[in-house]
Amino acid sequence: MRIVDARGLSCPEPVMLTEDALREGKGPVKVLVTEPHQRMNIEKYAKDHGRKAVSEKTEDGFAVVIE
Amino acid sequence: MNLSDSKKKLALAGIICGVVAACLAYFGNPANMAFCIACFIRDTAGALGLHSTETVQYARPEILGLVLGAFIISVATKEYRSMAGSSPMVRFVLGMILAIGSLVFLGCPLRMIIRMSAGDLNAWVALIGFILGVGTGVIALKKGFSLGRAHAANRMNGYVLPVLMAGILVLALATTLLKSSESGPGSMHAPILMSLAGGLIFGAVAQKSRMCFAGSIRDVILMRNFDLLTIIGGLFVVMLVFNIATGRFNAAFETPGIIAHSEHLWNILGMYAVGFAAVLAGGCPLRQLILAGQGSSDSAVTVLGMFAGAALAHNFGLAASATAVNAETQEVVAGSVPLYGKAAVIICIVVCFLIAFLNKRNEGK
Repeated sequence: MRIVDARGLSCPEPVMLTEDALREGKGPVKVLVTEPHQRMNIEKYAKDHGRKAVSEKTEDGFAVVIE
Repeated sequence: MNLSDSKKKLALAGIICGVVAACLAYFGNPANMAFCIACFIRDTAGALGLHSTETVQYARPEILGLVLGAFIISVATKEYRSMAGSSPMVRFVLGMILAIGSLVFLGCPLRMIIRMSAGDLNAWVALIGFILGVGTGVIALKKGFSLGRAHAANRMNGYVLPVLMAGILVLALATTLLKSSESGPGSMHAPILMSLAGGLIFGAVAQKSRMCFAGSIRDVILMRNFDLLTIIGGLFVVMLVFNIATGRFNAAFETPGIIAHSEHLWNILGMYAVGFAAVLAGGCPLRQLILAGQGSSDSAVTVLGMFAGAALAHNFGLAASATAVNAETQEVVAGSVPLYGKAAVIICIVVCFLIAFLNKRNEGK
């Protein structure tokens, strides 16, 4: 699974990196973020683009898996 | 509680903040200022003696309330994160630019919307500059601009700004150390407790809704996402209704008494600098206060930069003057931007370009 490490980056960089990753390939993408609002932004971006997103807490933030 | 997962809730957040701003304007804040981050930081900087313009000195409880409101709600809802280390000194400079650009236009992006809702056509002109500034920031983002990663910091770092803000409030309430204007905009304010409560509510709602004036336009340009713009729409409609209902709506350019000037080029360029700097800093002046409240030391540094920029703007005579009526002759004296103010805006824009294209994302995937 491809991993986008967006931990600690300012908005809107996490969404931009996610957009790039989804554009580059069809498989699932795991996005690592730090802040709750970034997790929500990624989940919303996935939903708006017809993709399913599942989040889980990690040691230093969240991992959002876009299937 | 989540105020950002549907457009209805986002519009409601804007309406709540609009009602807060309208109430504060009704109960004493300067009419078309109501709720302005740059002006309130400038006034608070004056109260602390960081500048000596006697008409704009007052420790605005709204600023303290915004930071504390965001801090309390983020701790209560487990969104508080103490983070630091993403190019703090660059952010300090961006904070200075946010303040200087705002004080040349005479208002932050939030006040631009409030001025637009009162029919101030100068603010509509400035909106052009703001959108162009945000657009330039978006181009930089697409070309790989980044200020780098913030990292988890000791929890105490995030407490510093809220505690400092609380300290200013204590000084204002319990001592005579702070300066307080006897005339001019700084002397016009709602009762302290009402201002504080307004700030706390505004701060909490802004934290939960992710309200950001630069972010709203940025998201439309970058992702065709209108979520954040919905909040601004809610706030604009409430203030428009308030201004019409109270007879404050006046669609005109030269309107003495509302703290504005009609130097169109400098209204545009002032807000261009603000829009550009806000995208580079990851949020407008309001958003910086909210992010600082929820634990970002980087945004707290940006806020300190805004204090420094506001102080410089008045110490060096960079801030614009407003169109006003001469008390003796009753003639309308047009507001203007001083020469040094114009030079400062040009320097701010050049610095924005340097920051935008010299800070590249070299990692992240």
